[in-house]
Amino acid sequence: MAGKRRFNYKTKEGLQGYLFILPWIIGFIVFTAGPLLFSFAASFTNYNVTSQMDFVGLSNYEKLFSGDQLFWTSLYNTLYYVLFSVPLTTVGAILLSALLNRDIPGMRLFRTIYYLPAVLSGVGVYLLWMQLLEPGTGMVNTVLAWFGIAGPNWLFDPDWTKPALIFMKLWSVGGGMLLYLASMQGISKSLYEAAEIDGANAWQQFTRITIPMITPVIFFDIVTSLIGGFQIFQEAYVMSNGEGGPVNSMLFYNLYMWQKAFEAFDMGYAMAMSWILFVIVFALTIVNLKLAPKWVHYEGGGK
Amino acid sequence: MVKQAAGRQKVSHFETIQGRRQALNIINWVLLAAGSILMLSPLWWMLVTSVKTMQEVMTYPPTFWPESWNWSNYMKTWEAAPFDLYTVNTLTITILVVIGNVFVNSFIAYGFAKVPFKGRNVLFAIVLSTMMIPGFVTLIPQYVLFAKLQWLNTYYPLVIPAFFGSAFNIFLLRQFYMTIPDELIEAAKMEGASHFWIWWKIGLPLTKPALATVAIFSFNGAWNDFLGPLLYVNDESLYTLQLGLQVFKGQMSTQWNYLMAGSLLVLLPVIILFFFFQKYFIQGINLQSGGK
Repeated sequence: MAGKRRFNYKTKEGLQGYLFILPWIIGFIVFTAGPLLFSFAASFTNYNVTSQMDFVGLSNYEKLFSGDQLFWTSLYNTLYYVLFSVPLTTVGAILLSALLNRDIPGMRLFRTIYYLPAVLSGVGVYLLWMQLLEPGTGMVNTVLAWFGIAGPNWLFDPDWTKPALIFMKLWSVGGGMLLYLASMQGISKSLYEAAEIDGANAWQQFTRITIPMITPVIFFDIVTSLIGGFQIFQEAYVMSNGEGGPVNSMLFYNLYMWQKAFEAFDMGYAMAMSWILFVIVFALTIVNLKLAPKWVHYEGGGK
Repeated sequence: MVKQAAGRQKVSHFETIQGRRQALNIINWVLLAAGSILMLSPLWWMLVTSVKTMQEVMTYPPTFWPESWNWSNYMKTWEAAPFDLYTVNTLTITILVVIGNVFVNSFIAYGFAKVPFKGRNVLFAIVLSTMMIPGFVTLIPQYVLFAKLQWLNTYYPLVIPAFFGSAFNIFLLRQFYMTIPDELIEAAKMEGASHFWIWWKIGLPLTKPALATVAIFSFNGAWNDFLGPLLYVNDESLYTLQLGLQVFKGQMSTQWNYLMAGSLLVLLPVIILFFFFQKYFIQGINLQSGGK
């Protein structure tokens, strides 16, 4: 009798559990799983939202790989951006948090100052950087001129558009910094004291204690910023009026996909593009997960 | 004798560590101070440019201190485009998104954290894995869906999804719920309380700090969202601040004083929010890193 009631309660509780997550289940089916299935199917068609949806086999994919120069340009631009922005922001955030992880006056204020730019985003920030990077009257080239450096034309020079966007990204390094700082503050002081007694200098302490102890956060940061980096879109759209900048140097993968999907309405083609991006991001994440045990230290020595 | 020497040696060793530490602290402080100036200079430049006359903006070399502070630039900017309408529109969307995000994600997160049911771990793993899907993969078919629903040129595509949970917020709130002892929930269950009652009466109040974090992140996300309105909104009467600013940029071309005034006005609410609620921003980051 008691056992039966208990069983009933468990079933009832289970049902309550599903009710709690019901909004997510509906959202997942309607806004994620359904669209994914549709997109996958439609990537083999010439779908254009209004009139046509004929099965075209692999031709979207074939065209992408063999006949579309802009596809390769956009992929190159995106890889360039990821290859520089991810390591630079990661290293920058780690070094900055190491500097901030000391007991010296003004630390709270410094932390606030460095974090502030990271919470700012959107068109206002892009307009600000367009002004900062104005070749003649912008702040960046003005300051460079103080040191006798003739600044480049930034957003007007195809060789400098991507570095410009990477600089802008570095301004928001404070977000990653806080992530590392939280982790560094969790490292036991006694480790450093012991190392000091053994005569280890600050750099040795940093590389032998700090870095290994924060590898789980480095891992998390690299995985998420890789995924994010491949999706760069808004800044390139705003700064180039949706066109991709001089000589397509700001035509990133998502921007090109946007043009195909929402300007040319070549939806089938754009969806095929999106799946290629998905595969790239997925593969990189898997590689990251596989490599993690080789360098990520979890406390307690376990995995 | 030997003992004494060893002792003395230890003291001097200690002193050098102290000295080295102090020198390092000074270098450290100087580096941070210099970096702070670097980090703040873009914002200073934005402010200074926004109050310059157009003539001064074009003067070479440009200056870090304006000849005169023309605050009237802000009035002119505000009147040059329907910014008050954009503000009302943006606030409408933002408030609805924040409400949806706070309540619905809290509800879902409670289920994942405190109610045992079959398949919970598998489903939560699916929640986490959806964070890995590049946004554009679902964006294009979602657009098709919203087009079929006749939702284009309305706020529905921007607001409705916020009422069906977002993986990141579910993750964040679940992290926080995990820190609440199960005994508390069990005790309430013993009293005959249902989980819904427990969520409403115990869960929501106890997770207030985490809800504040979710509210602030959602506010920031909705306020700064450019892509969503760009895709779904066409009528100028429905424009948001981000969209309006982009159009304003086209109208003003290189009148940087007005453009910077407009940008600063749009960024100001976020800056103010940041200074008042910095602790909740930071808490969000800490919850994230705790969950790696």
